[in-house]
Amino acid sequence: MSMYNDKVIDHFTNPHNVGELENPDGEGTYGSPVCGDMMKISIQVKDDVITDARFKTFGCGSAIASSSVATDMIIGKTIDEALEITNKDVLDELGGLPPIKIHCSVLADYAIKSAIYDYARKTGNTYKGLEGFDPNADEDDVSHGCDIESSVDAMVSEFKGSQKKEIHG
Amino acid sequence: MTEEKRNVYLDYSATTPVKEAVLNEMIPYFTEKFGNPSSLYTSGQESKNAITVARERLAALIGADPKEIFFTSSGTEADNWAVIETAFSKRAKGNHIITTKIEHHALLHSAEYLEKEGFEVTYLDVDSDGFVSLDELKDAITDKTVLISIMFANNEIGTIQPIADIAAIAKERGVIFHTDAVQALGNVPIDVKELGVDMLSISAHKIYGPKGVGALYVRRSVKLPEFMHGGGQETGKRPGTENLAGIVGFGKAAELAQANLPVHAKQLAELRDYFIGRVKNEIPNIRINGSLEKRLPGNANITFKFIEGEAILLLLDMEGISVSTGSACSSASLTPSHVLEAIGVPMEEIHGSIRFTVGDFTTKDDIDYTVETLKKVVEKLRNISSLS
Repeated sequence: MSMYNDKVIDHFTNPHNVGELENPDGEGTYGSPVCGDMMKISIQVKDDVITDARFKTFGCGSAIASSSVATDMIIGKTIDEALEITNKDVLDELGGLPPIKIHCSVLADYAIKSAIYDYARKTGNTYKGLEGFDPNADEDDVSHGCDIESSVDAMVSEFKGSQKKEIHG
Repeated sequence: MTEEKRNVYLDYSATTPVKEAVLNEMIPYFTEKFGNPSSLYTSGQESKNAITVARERLAALIGADPKEIFFTSSGTEADNWAVIETAFSKRAKGNHIITTKIEHHALLHSAEYLEKEGFEVTYLDVDSDGFVSLDELKDAITDKTVLISIMFANNEIGTIQPIADIAAIAKERGVIFHTDAVQALGNVPIDVKELGVDMLSISAHKIYGPKGVGALYVRRSVKLPEFMHGGGQETGKRPGTENLAGIVGFGKAAELAQANLPVHAKQLAELRDYFIGRVKNEIPNIRINGSLEKRLPGNANITFKFIEGEAILLLLDMEGISVSTGSACSSASLTPSHVLEAIGVPMEEIHGSIRFTVGDFTTKDDIDYTVETLKKVVEKLRNISSLS
């Protein structure tokens, strides 16, 4: 179990905020089953403050842990504050992830933005933090459907060429 | 999650524990019997004799002449040696090699290396059960083909290829045939003469021997140049001071494997079938990957739909159960299993695949504990999952 720290393990084994809100004010999905992880986040918003959030995630241990802390982090924040959260903040909150798992924190970041994007679309509000964000960006490029990694390439580049770890033997 | 935590090892295809009888035979060769087998004095000659005994035991297990067995550091080295040196030594005749899409990386990455060196490689498809087509193999052979390398039994899904038929085709067309039998050894009867293979790779740590020792069988009539250059060990074919204790352990493990094979294979198949039967009956939305016939007795490869393999693996590990996954998320390369892809498993289901391999120390209790734990783990993750 040395791959993950205790906090990641705790959020993975006892994740917070699992589920779906019944009448969410915003709902967003990021990732795809083909790529191995897909996160769905729903939010409740009152007076521009996120009062509740739930997630459902298909993915590995760090994807589930990232969803858990990310939903924890946005509850009680204003939309603008929530949009300021970056994948780096999710990583810090988790106490770090193995380099190869950093994309899971990116996924959480994008899933939150997707849910807020939906809220913004429904309410007609505009948020500076959503500028340039396209929740369907990854789906436009068929050949690179699983290439969320490219956005974190710089962060993991020093680990490229590290030992492959497939099924042994 | 369960009252009592146990340790259940279900990854015998990854490696096996060294059996006590094997270890006991090895130990003196670390300490009092440490002589260099190349030394002419008594202790050196005793070491040399110990290697001879190991070579004979290994030869007996696969129906070879002891002179046709060359010890290496691993199955990977044996694969690299056989494939790369055969290719280069036959370059005057042709530059074409045939292998499959489901080989171990020791083979696939050797083939990719040869492609960079100007060779052409045909990677044969397999059907949805995991078998190569003999007709496709025949059609792939050209007058430039110098080597066919097709694995005996697959490490992920356990399918056993028609090795004798493949060898016959290769022989008829005058092409050298190598097979990676690392997973097959000890689990399937192997007689190199009867099968007609030219070269065969094996490894000790898959048959309850130590890690760090493998071997290549090379039929006497096959001229295989040396891969490494040095002293006269292994008749000059594979230099380097021998891994004495390791080779002794490999020999003992081979002797035990030969004696145990019929019982071992039957016992493993029974446990595996019991496991698959229970999983099928008690866990919905699963898929068994690969044919259940002509399959390694201990192998079960199962997809649990809507959830991801690494998450399953981690939760099982917390309950003391060790398994492998074909999911991309468990790999540093983020590439999912090439074997499951080759048999046509949809990508999202490859991510949820787990390999369970039972072995000599697995009990029915272990299986029951694993099924009960698995049911809870799968349910827990499906409740979290965004898929259904």
